[in-house]
Amino acid sequence: MVESKTVESKTVETRVDPHGPAQKNEREFMLDVRTQDLEVNMGPQHPATHGVMRILVRADGEICTGAQPHLGYLHRCAEKIGENVEWLQYLPYTDRYDYLAAMNNNLGYSMAVEKLMGIEIPRRALMIRTLCAELNRIGSHLIAFGTYGLDIGAFTPFLYMFREREWMMALFEKICGARLTYSYIRIGGVFNDAPPGWLSEVERFCDTFEEKWQEYVDLLMVNHIFVQRTANIGVISKAMALDFGLTGPMLRASGVDWDLRRDMPYELYAEIWKSGCFAIPLGTGERGTLGDCWDRSYVRVMEMIESIKIVRWCLGAIEPGPVIADIPKTLRVPTGEAYVGIENPRGELGHYVVSDGGKIAIRCRVRGPSFTNLAVLEELMPGVLIADTIAIIGSTDIVVGETDR
Amino acid sequence: MTLAGLAASVPQHGTNAINELLAGVKPDFVPVWVVPLTAIGIAIGITLAFVSVIAMFGTWLERKVAGHIQCRYGPMRVGWHGWLQPIADGVKLLLKEDMVPLGADRVLYVLAPAIVLASVLAAMAAYPLAPGFFFADIDLGIFFILAMTSTTTIGVVMAGWSSNSKWSLYGAMREAAQVVAYEIPLGISLLVPIMVAGSFNLLEVSRGQTGLWGMSWYVWPWVNPFMLPAFVLFFIAILAETKRAPFDLPEAESELVAGFMTEYSGIRWSFFFMEEYAAMFLYSVVGAFFFFGGFESPLTHFAAKFAGDGSVLYQVAAGGTLIVKGFAGVFLMMWLRWTLPRVRIDQVMTLGYKYLTPLALVCVLGAGLWEVFLAPHLPWRQYLP
Repeated sequence: MVESKTVESKTVETRVDPHGPAQKNEREFMLDVRTQDLEVNMGPQHPATHGVMRILVRADGEICTGAQPHLGYLHRCAEKIGENVEWLQYLPYTDRYDYLAAMNNNLGYSMAVEKLMGIEIPRRALMIRTLCAELNRIGSHLIAFGTYGLDIGAFTPFLYMFREREWMMALFEKICGARLTYSYIRIGGVFNDAPPGWLSEVERFCDTFEEKWQEYVDLLMVNHIFVQRTANIGVISKAMALDFGLTGPMLRASGVDWDLRRDMPYELYAEIWKSGCFAIPLGTGERGTLGDCWDRSYVRVMEMIESIKIVRWCLGAIEPGPVIADIPKTLRVPTGEAYVGIENPRGELGHYVVSDGGKIAIRCRVRGPSFTNLAVLEELMPGVLIADTIAIIGSTDIVVGETDR
Repeated sequence: MTLAGLAASVPQHGTNAINELLAGVKPDFVPVWVVPLTAIGIAIGITLAFVSVIAMFGTWLERKVAGHIQCRYGPMRVGWHGWLQPIADGVKLLLKEDMVPLGADRVLYVLAPAIVLASVLAAMAAYPLAPGFFFADIDLGIFFILAMTSTTTIGVVMAGWSSNSKWSLYGAMREAAQVVAYEIPLGISLLVPIMVAGSFNLLEVSRGQTGLWGMSWYVWPWVNPFMLPAFVLFFIAILAETKRAPFDLPEAESELVAGFMTEYSGIRWSFFFMEEYAAMFLYSVVGAFFFFGGFESPLTHFAAKFAGDGSVLYQVAAGGTLIVKGFAGVFLMMWLRWTLPRVRIDQVMTLGYKYLTPLALVCVLGAGLWEVFLAPHLPWRQYLP
């Protein structure tokens, strides 16, 4: 049912070639009126493209008949740099591709190198890493949901979410000194132990956040206009989600139960999952069709509260101990190759690193979730209204820094 | 009423206070025709100043309201709580480079903001500052205001067309579609209080609501139960007319960059904003006149009672009441803007044509039946306005 609906919406309005033969009932009309599709450049400087991305939108009045994303405005050769600097020196560059979830990026890269080196990470370091990654996931989803509200036209929830994100960033500032690009999770552990009182502040953050989270749900998630704007828009069916290789909330919103934290567990996630403290939220199609824009927001919003549960688990289980393994200043990574995929807020962030035993990687490749998730835009856009294109771009939650790297 | 009749109706109610004042102090050597011309000049000056002050206060209020809704302060630096911010902004906007984009239709581009502002200024002519201080006491005052404010659309479409930008064009087309759709429920829902009041004249409508210590407003359900729904319809329609959220599609920041204003900058850009805030205020005032008693409030009532109808105190109390009511409406619009997401263009059209227009017609029918059959027999008949 769901699938057929999508296919239908694709064939009716969408793939009509404006320059091709006119529809039968339009033919008489078309004889004396020359119409032409409007080509609009959405971006590179457009408020809703979340960075410097350009989407070439072909529109027939208010109806979008085709869209083509153009990338590369933010290309910074991150991967090539990875092949030219030492292992540890590359860490700050990982902060910068998905700058909203820098902790997760650090974690992915560190894990890839650690896998090659085969080092044992101290348990306290693992705890702090998981805690930071989940806190950062909350921060990232706050931005995703907040800016999505902004795209839909609700300005205020965005600033409410920034209020909580500000606290989250203050927490990170206390632990590592940076607010956005942390480089805190290092190869072998974390840079420094949490300062005294930090863990109890995280606990207070969790308490406050749960309260505020309900506000976001009431204010935006179930807001009638918001639901009207997002339900049944940009429907990605299960099959389509798998075909496009979507990951993360995009995939789960379409009803595919796949989360790397549970299905390919890393760090402490196997243990946490076994303790049963968190769940994997899936799209429900509650307000519209399964896999629509509303479901994608719903999954993100629900994931925030699940992350809080993981943070609470870590807070309960954390014990004193060392926070970094004994590793030399200049790393010499054994020959070999490693791929590690972790569950970034936006999906699977993969790091593929190859070493020839030297001080520098000979190959450093990143699989960014935003880049892969972006591909679906071209398929979703035709046939929707201009306002819906914004809703769809927002719901993919791309970070252009990561698509272009 | 024919056009000639309309024109003839204007001077019937005397011109204005300024005219009479000038006629009283005119030295003998000054020709008679100078007096009305000077009066017109002064009236235009006062209206311009009034619109500017309203717009300036409106921008300040918007930023403060937005700030406080969003857990921040808004402007705080220029003057006490930033009250001089609009002046600082105005100076900045005046000093900005005057730019016309390449490929723009220069004449239309320059003319558009002027038309937009002129239309709302013209509408403001019908706004009575106080019961005894007005520039044009028009019998069909509300018609004049609605006609003049809808002229804004022409300016907006011109701005969108002449800017040579696709986003501007989108904004202009949306504005045209939206305003056409919402003029209808706006006008129809206003018919309800007009039927009750039996007049199109703002001053007369206000005079009709003097009972109950100035609280006998038309909106109360015992006057006519269809009045409150009519007000809700009216309010939704004025939100769309003034391009305010959730109907801010012609500007739609996240979709159309800035809609029809995308290519504008400097003082021309600020004209659009002056229009927006002035129109918001004016529509709120219209709502205040037709639903919430106009000049009437307990304050006005007691001022009239103790100081007399002709006293300055009464005039100030009445004018102040109206301004407070107007800004109460403006505040409500701001509150909505900073709370609600934006609707989509097809939803705007659906709401306008499929829901608001039929509902407004139902209100008119119901109110009419109530007035004809029920109102004369109501037990509380004597307390009605």
